[in-house]
Order: sequence, then C-alpha cells, then structure tokens
Amino acid sequence: MSLTYVEAICEAQAHALRDDPRVFIYGQDVGAFGGAFKATKNLAKEFPGRVVDAPISEDAIIGLAIGAAIEGMRPIVEMQFADFAVCGFNQIVNHAATLFWRTTVPCPITVRLPFGGTSGAGPFHSQTPETIYAHYPGLIVLTPATVEDAYTMLLEAVAIDDPVIFCEHKLLYRHLKAEKLPTEALPIGKARIARVGRDLTIVAYSAMVQDALEAAAELATEGWEIEIVDLRSVKPLDTDTVIASVARTGKLLCVGEAWPWGGVTAEVIARVMSEGFGLLDAPPQRLNAKDTPVPFHPNLWAAHRPTVRSIGAAARKILRY
Amino acid sequence: MLQVATESRVEADDAVRGSHLAAFRCMLRARLLDDKFAALYRSNKIHGGVFLGRGQEALSAATGLSLNKTDVFAPLIRDAAGRLAFGETVLDAVRTYLGSALGPMRGRDGNVHRGNPRAGLLPMISHLGAMVSVVNGMLFARRLKKITGTVGAASLGEGATSTGAFHEALNQAAVEKLPLILVVANNQYAYSTPTTRQFACDDLADKASGYGVQSHSVDGTDLTACLATLSSAVARARAGHGPQLVVAQLLRLCGHGEHDDASYIDPKLKNSALGYDCLKLAREVLIRQKWADHTKIGLWQAEAVHEIETAVAQVQREPAPDPFSENWTALSTEHLIEGNE
Repeated sequence: MSLTYVEAICEAQAHALRDDPRVFIYGQDVGAFGGAFKATKNLAKEFPGRVVDAPISEDAIIGLAIGAAIEGMRPIVEMQFADFAVCGFNQIVNHAATLFWRTTVPCPITVRLPFGGTSGAGPFHSQTPETIYAHYPGLIVLTPATVEDAYTMLLEAVAIDDPVIFCEHKLLYRHLKAEKLPTEALPIGKARIARVGRDLTIVAYSAMVQDALEAAAELATEGWEIEIVDLRSVKPLDTDTVIASVARTGKLLCVGEAWPWGGVTAEVIARVMSEGFGLLDAPPQRLNAKDTPVPFHPNLWAAHRPTVRSIGAAARKILRY
Repeated sequence: MLQVATESRVEADDAVRGSHLAAFRCMLRARLLDDKFAALYRSNKIHGGVFLGRGQEALSAATGLSLNKTDVFAPLIRDAAGRLAFGETVLDAVRTYLGSALGPMRGRDGNVHRGNPRAGLLPMISHLGAMVSVVNGMLFARRLKKITGTVGAASLGEGATSTGAFHEALNQAAVEKLPLILVVANNQYAYSTPTTRQFACDDLADKASGYGVQSHSVDGTDLTACLATLSSAVARARAGHGPQLVVAQLLRLCGHGEHDDASYIDPKLKNSALGYDCLKLAREVLIRQKWADHTKIGLWQAEAVHEIETAVAQVQREPAPDPFSENWTALSTEHLIEGNE
C-alpha cells in the first residue's frame, strides 16, 4: 500500500484525533466535504463533532483556535490556501505568537498552510509565505519535504505547546508517495542530509528539496557530488547541520521557492557567513523565485520559481568558481 | 398565594438592592483607582499610556457582576469596574501599570493589557476586535469538553464594530450558537473619531438582526438599567439562546488616554443626558432608595482609597523587571529554542 503526501497529512490528523481527545479540526470545507485538497477526507465521519466547517473568516478561525487552546485543547486549523492566511495574520502574529510570552499560558495551535505554486494557480493560490511567519517570535515554522516528514512532523506539531505554522506543499500532495508510514523520525529542529556529497552543499526545504535532488542526480552524471540539506523546519533553523555540511564541501547554494528579499535563504547565508566564513571556498549563493507575484500561465510559472534546470545552472557556476 | 408573591417580591427587591450596592462599590473603587493612575501618570510614575473608564463604570460593573467566576470575560480598555467585579485585584492592576516584575504581565505588557487567561480573564491585544473570536474559542472548547452553563462576555467600543474581526466573530458565534455576550459601549468617540465617521446605521443594535442574534439597547449612564439589561442578556445566553448583542449609549468623560485633552468632544454632548456621570447618578439612586447614606458611602470611599494606596505603596517597593535575568524567549518548548539544545 502506498501513500501520498496529502494522505499522510490526513492520516496524521486521524492519528492525532484518535490519540488525543483535545484535538479537533476547524477550517473551511474540512467537514463532510473533506477539505479542498482532501486532507481531511472521511475525518468528519470518523470523528463526529470534532472536524468542523468554519465560515470564510480566517481571523475568527485562528481566534477560535487560540481561545480553544487557552482552554487546553489542541486545535488544528486549515487555511485552505496559505495565501488566505494573511486574513488571519493579526491573530497569528499578534495573538497566538505573543500569548505564552505575555501570560505563561501556552498556545498549542497547528495552522496548516497548503502552500507553494502549482501550474495555473496564479497569484493568490501559490504563495510561499514561510518567511513572514518565521520573522515573528513565538512561532514554529515547519516545511516538510517528504511523505514521511509530512506525517511525523504534523503529529509532532500537534503535540508542541507553541503555535506551529505547518507549510505543506501543494505540488507534493499527490506527486510524492511512500510505501509505508515511518515509525521513527528526526525530531523537529533537526535538518536532514537528503543526499551526501563533497563538492557543494545545497540547502533547500519543502518542494525545492525534490528539485534539488533531481538537479544533484544530473550533476552526478557530470562527476559532481552534491550534498543536500533538507532544513525540514525553517524555524527553528538547524544552523549546525548546515555549517557542518559547508565544512565538508566549502561551497553553498540556498534554494527557496519564496521571494528573494530577505527570507530563509538570506538567513541561512547570513548565518554561514558569520559563523562559518572560514569554511567557504566560494561566495555563497541563493536562488529564489522572481520578485513578482506568482504568474498564472505555465510558461511563466515554470520560470518564476527555481527549477531543476536553474538549480543545476546555479550549482555549476559555484562549482566552477 | 399572596403571601408567596410578597415574599418573592421582597427577595427580588433584596437582589436588586444587593446588585446595586455591589456594582456601586466596584464603580467607586474603579473611579478611585483610575484617578490614582491619572495622578501617577501626571507625576511621571507610569511608563506608557493610562486609559480611564470615567463615564463607563455602570455598564462595566454591570457586565462584570452579571458573570460567574467560571465564565469568560474579555474587557475593553475602560473596564476597571468590570474587572474588579469579575475578580481582578487592585494589586494586579497596579502592578501592571507600574511594571512590577511580580505582576501578572511581569513588565512584558502594561497598563490595560493585563489578565489571567487561566481564570477566564483575557488580556487584550491592542486590536480589540480580535478578542471576540478568542472568547468564542473558549466557549467552543467548553462545549467540546461538555462543560455546560458557562458564558463569555467581550467588551468593545463602537469603533471596534467597524473592524472585520467584529463581523467575523459575531457571525461565527451566531453560526455556532455560542453563549457570547458582546457588550458595545458606544461612548461616541473612537479616540477622536465621532460616530458619524464610524458608522451610518441609525442604531448599532440594528446590526444584530443581520447576524441573526438578539440585541439589547441600554442607557449606559443608568446603573439600574445596565444591571437589568446585562443580567437578562447573560441569562438568555446561559439558557442556550445564542449570542446577545448589548449596545449602551454613554459618553467618555475623559480623553482616549491621559495624554489626550479630549478637546474634540462636542460640548452639546457633554451637556446632554449622555454626558451624565453614571457614578453620580448611581450614588443618587442609593441615597434615594435608602440603600446607603452619605456616611456609608464615605466609609466605602475611605476603604477603597486605603486599598489603592496600600497597593501602590507595596508595588513601588517591588522589583522592576531585570533585562539581565529576563528569559528572552517567546517559546514555551525549551528544546525548540535555537541554541538551547
């Protein structure tokens, strides 16, 4: 039996609902319909009264989750599309993220953001806003790149006492499959070496890990051995694993699907520059989306975000430095 | 039959008298506490702003008193009276305003941004409309936990009714049929903005029908009316009739904060019935009904002043937060704090 990334997310939620009576799911279309992406398929039937449709009110959806968390519950809320979560931004960054620090009352909410581009989705159904949440203190921001991580990290997210922004990539939903669900995993906060190499470190997260792996396979045919670090969690950011990899390779490329100004790739490079400057044999580089809204047409969309090809090209440039 | 009716009427009269006395004492303590904060502000003893509830104490006290200790209360910035009625201590208020490390907010947040979520008293964020859906969430969670009979009150000004958060939360409460009491103090100005620039409907209470919720209008200067209205709205919510919108008409008898001279307030409003001081009116009711005399009220006042002065004297000797021993992390999960493995 094989399982897709979105099925793993559904399974993790079923697991959490089964194991913990404090867990409930709240969001638009998550009930009988099973969610816009079927991430809550059949859950309303299996867990009556605990998988609840919400009105189109992102602010009130997050607000309700915060209140329930104060009462000791562990809500999971689905934002349907990460792009819509900005309508609940105030509650996330000003309320959920500040609650424990202000009051010592933890705020264990999991906010699921179906994020990232798919062809034809356009400017308002494609965004990758992990950076903006990572910027705020008090939030955990997770970006699983594999079916296994989608499952174990979501389970762990629900158990964490702090608000978690769980970024699940829509492109991976049905493209990635695993044979079975894992029984153990790296803890949240630890990056993973997704491919071992010695010539260049590529740091990536979420769907970009898959593109980076493909690019590395191509580069291997040219004789280059690329090491790939899958961040898994962008906040906290596992600087140690990144620096240890750069110590082995001497070269660094950071790849992110988000926009170029600031962001996770910039943060990784800033940390390596200040903590591992002496390890570098070449200027570290970043590859991001173009600095425009995400375009609709497949021709434009495919060129807007980093691709296997553009990652390969950027890697060759550093390798030849 | 007649005998029973008379007895129950006497009991009802006793209850009315009791609630007036309890409310008046909260109003008086709140007014005196506010006056003390204003004085401390003028002598530069308070960091940040000071926000008073002058003119809103009757509505506020009635709201706090209508709730049980196991209910939820999300006050607005002018709710010192309601907070005291709900059970907040003068000491917590003073500690937060003076930034004591021993206060509930430990110097991390100040002035009116105080509370104790574990006791059902929510510390507001500045975006006040946001509090309503959080109260909804607490009530929703209690329903899931099969806890029955509790309600939640959220206080807002008329300005907050223009926010999207107000709309989303009131609609949400109506859809879920939650026992929410949304108390809107229409004090005629949101900071300096008059109601004519805030909304175009005749009466904010009219908004209720658009959400499918029940509304109650009340003269916010009249303690008797506030007590009756709040107690009826809370009883309806508690009985399972869904959210209740209470809209009170009153006038803010001070600036937005103590930095604000409120020169924009229309003198016509000040001289209208809206401009009556609810504390003065409530005092007159107590005297007229012979529920208390001037001596008794003087005694309560002296007790309140003593309580406040004692709290201030104590807090002024308490430690301020120390940036060197401060735990500079916003996360509760220790192993997820970067550099803390």
